Amino acid sequence: MTDRRERKEEDVKIEDGRNEDRILLEMDSISRNEEFARVVMAVFMSRMNPTLEELDDVKTAVSEAVTNAIIHGYRQEKGIVYIEGIIAGNELTVVVKDRGVGMENIKQAMEPMYTSDKSGERSGMGFSFMEAFMDHLEVDSQPGEGTMVRMKKRIGG
Amino acid sequence: MEQNVFSYEARGNTLVIHLPRELDHHNCRNLRYETDLLLAENYIRRIVFDFSQTEFMDSSGIGVLLNRYKQMAGSGGTVALYGAGAQVHRILNVGGLSRLVPCFETKEAALALAR
Repeated sequence: MTDRRERKEEDVKIEDGRNEDRILLEMDSISRNEEFARVVMAVFMSRMNPTLEELDDVKTAVSEAVTNAIIHGYRQEKGIVYIEGIIAGNELTVVVKDRGVGMENIKQAMEPMYTSDKSGERSGMGFSFMEAFMDHLEVDSQPGEGTMVRMKKRIGG
Repeated sequence: MEQNVFSYEARGNTLVIHLPRELDHHNCRNLRYETDLLLAENYIRRIVFDFSQTEFMDSSGIGVLLNRYKQMAGSGGTVALYGAGAQVHRILNVGGLSRLVPCFETKEAALALAR
């Protein structure tokens, strides 16, 4: 019985024509977890044999998205940040999701140097960095429901 | 030296800030408060950031540098940094900071210019 099921899964993968690896990380929205999240993603993608620069790029992008979820999504209050990693061939997809306050105006939030922060300590470059270090960036947000950031990067040319 | 705290060193009118291994939002939380205290109590004309232990920086680090730069520029002071590795250099370039803050290889070079 077990054997058959395993074989079946294998068949599905072959039919698909692609081999996908996936991880899902759920963590409390506390700042200490920012480093944890980017290191987990770096370890996950290491099976793609990335260059050091590619590793750093993804770590930076993950750090930006997770920091946004903690500071802006949950406004430093307790919530859960979801981080998904998918490897399909030579493409890495990273999804960072929160169920925080969401954004009214995604376009404005994504403008370089824009920040809603009043302390003056935030550079407003989070989305610019995600864009600069990944090949693809997609942001979806609903006020009151949360924000989802989906990023893709081809590893190894 | 603990890896994820800032340490400070005053040298005449220069304040050297030794940065942690990971310069992200988490580790930047206390920096503002601490440097503001030091700047208020000492006659500081130049801030020198030590990146020699730093392996990772994101836009939170850019925010910190930019803010200190503005603070010093406002009072006629200067800011410099030294010891940045490949990842930090990339972030400084993309963040546009390398145009504002001169980067040196060594502490001696960064301090020498202060005089």
